[in-house]
Amino acid sequence: MVRSLMLGKSKLYWKNVFEGYAFISLWIVGFAVFTAGALFGSFSISLTKWNIVGTPEFIGLQNYQKMIEDEFFWKSLKVTLIFLLNVPLNLALGLFLAMLLNQKIRLIGFFRTLFYLPSVTAGVAVSLLWMWIFNPRFGVINVLLKNIGISGPAWLGSETWALPALIVMSVWGVGGGMLIYLGALQGIPTTFYEAATLDGANALQKFRRITVPMITPVLLLNLIMGVIASFQVFTQAFIMTSGGPNYATLFYVLYLYQNAFQWFNMGYASALAWVLFLVILAFTFLILRTSSSWVYYEGG
Amino acid sequence: MAQRSLEHQGQQSIVSSLVNLLQSRRRQDLILKTVVYLLLLIGAFGVMMPFFWMISTSLKRPGTEFTFPIEWIPVPPRFGNYWTAWSILPFNQWLFNTVRITGLSILGHIISCAIVGFGFARIRFPGRDAIFLLVLATMMLPFPSIIVPLFILFKELGWINTILPLVVPTFFATSAFYIFLLRQFFMTLPLELDDAARVDGCSTFGIFYRICIPLIKPALGIILVFSFMNHWNDFLGPLIFLSDLDQYTLALGLRFFQGQYRVEWTLLMAASLIILSPCIILFFVAQKNYIQGIVITGVKG
Repeated sequence: MVRSLMLGKSKLYWKNVFEGYAFISLWIVGFAVFTAGALFGSFSISLTKWNIVGTPEFIGLQNYQKMIEDEFFWKSLKVTLIFLLNVPLNLALGLFLAMLLNQKIRLIGFFRTLFYLPSVTAGVAVSLLWMWIFNPRFGVINVLLKNIGISGPAWLGSETWALPALIVMSVWGVGGGMLIYLGALQGIPTTFYEAATLDGANALQKFRRITVPMITPVLLLNLIMGVIASFQVFTQAFIMTSGGPNYATLFYVLYLYQNAFQWFNMGYASALAWVLFLVILAFTFLILRTSSSWVYYEGG
Repeated sequence: MAQRSLEHQGQQSIVSSLVNLLQSRRRQDLILKTVVYLLLLIGAFGVMMPFFWMISTSLKRPGTEFTFPIEWIPVPPRFGNYWTAWSILPFNQWLFNTVRITGLSILGHIISCAIVGFGFARIRFPGRDAIFLLVLATMMLPFPSIIVPLFILFKELGWINTILPLVVPTFFATSAFYIFLLRQFFMTLPLELDDAARVDGCSTFGIFYRICIPLIKPALGIILVFSFMNHWNDFLGPLIFLSDLDQYTLALGLRFFQGQYRVEWTLLMAASLIILSPCIILFFVAQKNYIQGIVITGVKG
């Protein structure tokens, strides 16, 4: 009896094992080839000097040594890190907008749609649009500035203003984060606020003691997604500035792309690729490690 | 008597002060609401400005985009710009290519991620949770980090300049985000459903295909919308894997257009607007699904 029960159990057990792995087998194959395999391939290539036509020549860690002395590597890292400023900017603005929309107001659906709309647009078309918006003489920004007596900068043509211009452009997509906050804000039980009001808390106290803690999980999510996305900026830089002027917008991935597909330094590009991976990994872990001290999980 | 009137007065003053308080509350509310609306309107103006600018420019006679002051509503509007921009270059071919790649990719994502998501959500097997963590971890892997080996792999396979490098990986559940989303949806279905179906002799795949899939159709809608936006606008992938003009997607074609007609902003904006319009239309059509998907990302993430 016991024996047959155990046997029956293990039969189901093995059925589950077989079926479970059968269902996720697609992912396992995809992961092995397109993720783990590719990462491993990337590392192998990074140990070689290879212009794709000849045979790869093994050179050990020389590509990584070269990076340390490569001023453009450092420049591209710096540009990308400065661009990361868009993340806190978008976090704050997105939260602010979400709080405005979380008031009991009419037309909330209308405003929500409006603010979200830029987030469904992306790519080359949007880059072209912003190139035209930032046009130094005829773009809408400088024309409007001119109307109030300010002569605007050359934006994408200016070494100082090109990167801030791209940050402004990224803020246009603030609606994506806003929508996630709005979902979280609407999930906060109103009883929390009612209780706080009875205890005599003012608006600022309610914001700091209720709103902020309750949305920290979402804040963490937006922070990590924002950082990962910012490290991968490519299209804007490629289309709008080609990294210029004078390398002011030489984003990391653009430099990687140039090495791989314009100069065919496959080995060096792969070393850059691995460092990018490690940097993103380090940032994510750092954020996750510190998150336990500021992210509040209800019931946890 | 005197005491009574005092009491009465007291009551009155309480009532009047309450009324006062309410009135000031209401006034505060009114001020607050005005400020909120004002800020929202300013924000909305800023957000919509680029769209107005794009539409306005796209309707101008070429050359007149360089005039002061800005003519927001061009008279007469040149709707012909759209036709001109579209017919200068083989946009129809590029549209066809883009539709093909986008359609097949959506299909690949939906089929593969649904199967894998179901496995993670509804079958209990050893190692499942560890593997699922690995799935989530792949979200951190930047696509640019693997473009070189992928390019070499596809080159060896002779796939460069075909749609295969862009489409085939989607059939192998390469999007961790979609797996995650679908798993969450599968987990919300009651397990009794499976048991009941099993008693009736349904296989696990049957439970997946006949019972669970119809119940998570809204989730599949979310994936459809998300992956449409991604593949329609994708640039880096096509840039690397496609090289012939007749294989281009719309995004690549638009960039080629920019190279050829650098200062024709009226036509560039017209073409850009046409290319963006499916995303905008899809957003309005599927807004409910879309917003639900985003909010779920936040709540369950």
